[in-house]
Amino acid sequence: MSQNTLAPAAQRRRERRFGLFSLLVLAVMLGVFASSTRGAQATFILNDARGQLFELPDLILPVVPTVIVLSALVAGIAARQFTRGFGSRAVVIVGVVALLFVIAFLTWAAAGGQLSVVGLLRGSLARATPIAFGAMAGVLCERAGVINIAIEGQFLAGAFTAAVVSSIAGNPWVGLFGGISAGVLVAFMLAGLSIKFQADQIVVGVVLIVFATGVTSFLNTQVLSGNPQLNSPTRFASIAVPVLSEIPLIGPVLFRQSLLVFGMIAAVIVLQYGLFQTRWGLRLRSVGEPPKAADTVGIHVLATRYKAVLLGGVLAGIGGSWWTLDAVGQFSREMTGGRGFIALAAMLVGRYSPVGAFGAALIFGFSDQLATSLQLLRVPVPSDLLLTAPYLVTIVVVAGLIGRLRVPAADGKPYVKQ
Amino acid sequence: MSDDIEPEDSAPRSGEDDAPESEQAPGDVLLEDEDLARAEIEAAAERAADAKAIGLEAGFGERFIAAITGTSVVVTLLAFLSALVIGAFIIAFSEDAVRETLSYFFAQPGDAFRAAGDAVFSAYRALLQGSVGGTTQLSETFVTATPLILTGLAVAVPLRAGLFNIGAEGQFVAGGMLAGLIGFSLTGLPMAVHLPLALAAGLVAGGLYGWIPGILKARTGAHEVISTIMLNNIALLVSGYLISTTLFRRPDRTDPISRSVEESARFPRLIPWEPGLRVNTSLLVAIALAILIFWLVERSTRGFELNAVGLNASAATAAGMNPGRSLVLAMSVGGALAGAGGAAVILGLQYRLTIGFSAGIGFSGITVALLGRGRIGGTVAAGVLIGALQVGGRNMQAQTGTSLELALVIQALIIVFIAAPGLVRAIFRIKADDLATGQVAKGWGA
Repeated sequence: MSQNTLAPAAQRRRERRFGLFSLLVLAVMLGVFASSTRGAQATFILNDARGQLFELPDLILPVVPTVIVLSALVAGIAARQFTRGFGSRAVVIVGVVALLFVIAFLTWAAAGGQLSVVGLLRGSLARATPIAFGAMAGVLCERAGVINIAIEGQFLAGAFTAAVVSSIAGNPWVGLFGGISAGVLVAFMLAGLSIKFQADQIVVGVVLIVFATGVTSFLNTQVLSGNPQLNSPTRFASIAVPVLSEIPLIGPVLFRQSLLVFGMIAAVIVLQYGLFQTRWGLRLRSVGEPPKAADTVGIHVLATRYKAVLLGGVLAGIGGSWWTLDAVGQFSREMTGGRGFIALAAMLVGRYSPVGAFGAALIFGFSDQLATSLQLLRVPVPSDLLLTAPYLVTIVVVAGLIGRLRVPAADGKPYVKQ
Repeated sequence: MSDDIEPEDSAPRSGEDDAPESEQAPGDVLLEDEDLARAEIEAAAERAADAKAIGLEAGFGERFIAAITGTSVVVTLLAFLSALVIGAFIIAFSEDAVRETLSYFFAQPGDAFRAAGDAVFSAYRALLQGSVGGTTQLSETFVTATPLILTGLAVAVPLRAGLFNIGAEGQFVAGGMLAGLIGFSLTGLPMAVHLPLALAAGLVAGGLYGWIPGILKARTGAHEVISTIMLNNIALLVSGYLISTTLFRRPDRTDPISRSVEESARFPRLIPWEPGLRVNTSLLVAIALAILIFWLVERSTRGFELNAVGLNASAATAAGMNPGRSLVLAMSVGGALAGAGGAAVILGLQYRLTIGFSAGIGFSGITVALLGRGRIGGTVAAGVLIGALQVGGRNMQAQTGTSLELALVIQALIIVFIAAPGLVRAIFRIKADDLATGQVAKGWGA
């Protein structure tokens, strides 16, 4: 959409910038990956250890030829970017270049060793789950005109409460309800302070993060460390969808996951439909654009905003519960480790749409999982540097180097009825 | 409860809309230069709008500055008080002894109140004793306050230009890393050369790290909050990586810990004959920088532009100022101050880099700046106060077992109340007008 409206000169400049990016990628591929001395072959395991309908053979790739073929593809793309350009598909092509780079990287990383593709993809989807929930919470709030920086705070509050409630009740569903309540409570503070008291939404968001961090850390050392029975939540079991989970490769990745993962995918679909195809979604979005128009036709602006922020709290609370009810099974201090900020980033990279946010969350979940997988492979790439990828991508997107980000017009602006 | 504040909030708003027209109709302007005339009208509109009116309609910076600097001392004190009261409740309910009495609360409510009172009293007494109860404690308070003053100023200066610098943490890390690197990799230099060089390295590294979000904001409009959050995380990850490389790591250790800063690059202690007093000359550096920043922001031409951009960017543009330049300046200066904070900690206290050496000092700078209401003197005072709170918190944990994180909770509560003055007004049922002049003053004057 936005690329069609660019002036031809700007279009050319952008294509050239993308071309430079491709050349950079090409240089790394040829300079680092193709000159590997770590082993001649890379083995990718496509089977899940827990069995499937039939076994796939391991994918064994010769490292140097594979990287050279991939490099040739990137070189071809770069050549066209500098000459004719890709027009309206330019952004997609950048994604293709990035994908080719990732494949080359994996080939190089797995050289002389074995990499489980199923484990990598399965872990990526699992780690994308809280990020996607948080990003959807952000989408709901910001589409309705309330900036929600506090996703990290909602995660922490949700994770803590879910852990305690699930430990007491011995039931993950009750724990999930607790996590949701905590997320909604933080959302309520955000809504109250920013909608009713019209405090600055960004300041309130930062404050709520500090507050949630402080309260959960305080209660963790003060109460949980002395009462370990309060911090041993019952977790959601992994669910295998009958039949579908037996499909090789796809089955274990998509259909042998925990309940929260399925819930996340369902939420993405429902929210995408709801926001853009229903009357509810239209109204929600209308109060985030200059809301005077919505008010004029009789939509209750403040109530709509309250509902959007609280519903966002529900989603962020579920996202926070993922840590204690699914992944780790115990609360520890600041365990969300800044994923709330990554969720914020996913929302921006996904351009304020649930499906976009889901896609971005997958990419970030992948880089997260990759950092873990690579440590097992003893690849000489510091996982710390790899983990900076989501943050760098976000700065590039926010700075509009790929395309202008269209922010809801009334995002962050309190509304006073006249 | 809060209904009584709404009329006051909306009243000045309608006044603001009318004010520019009635005070200075376009026809009254007889200047020949149209741009000058427009600037004049803008300036008049700016004067006409009082702080409360700005607080409601207008851009981020305007609302923000009004919200922070427009709050009176009363609100600040009440915010601090409210935070301590809520903190008391949290202490009471988290104390095991109190929770035991709750089981028979209705039989003997007195027990519960007594236990709660004891817990709160002893916790807060330990907090106070630990921060100002003796020379060692005072020394620790100032040691902790030094980097907090600097990161607080790092948030306060951009605040004046309408920018919210969440990136002090990352800038602090950048400054500390480079200052440390200069501090231990150069040897044989006299202190008169080495220490200033290492400090300058911290200033430059922090300044450059603050320049990035500034230039991104000025050139592309990327929101500084988003870019600084991302840069914080990048700084923490990259510093973690760098400390484990041979460039930084101690040769005899495998765990990530850097080499020690040379003696010639360490801040000498202020009272060297008392070994227990860690307070050092970095405090003087912080005060000197604060005075310099006071001059820059409050007295210099650049500072005037910076304030003008923060109050109303379009008016500043119309008056011939360059908002982009002010934004970049504010962020770079802020970054340099945070970098100096990092240098102060590494060269004055820890002498070596470890993973996570920033320990949230940059984030605390946000509290300090908000508590100081964005003013330079106020920020310095707030830095000392928060420093005392943190040092006292350590003593509280040691003496009464109340966890150190309570200091963090109290800090967060303070900013909640300061960021939402309406909340304080609603709780204490203060009318908005009383707050604008300060209740006491009004009682005497009018």
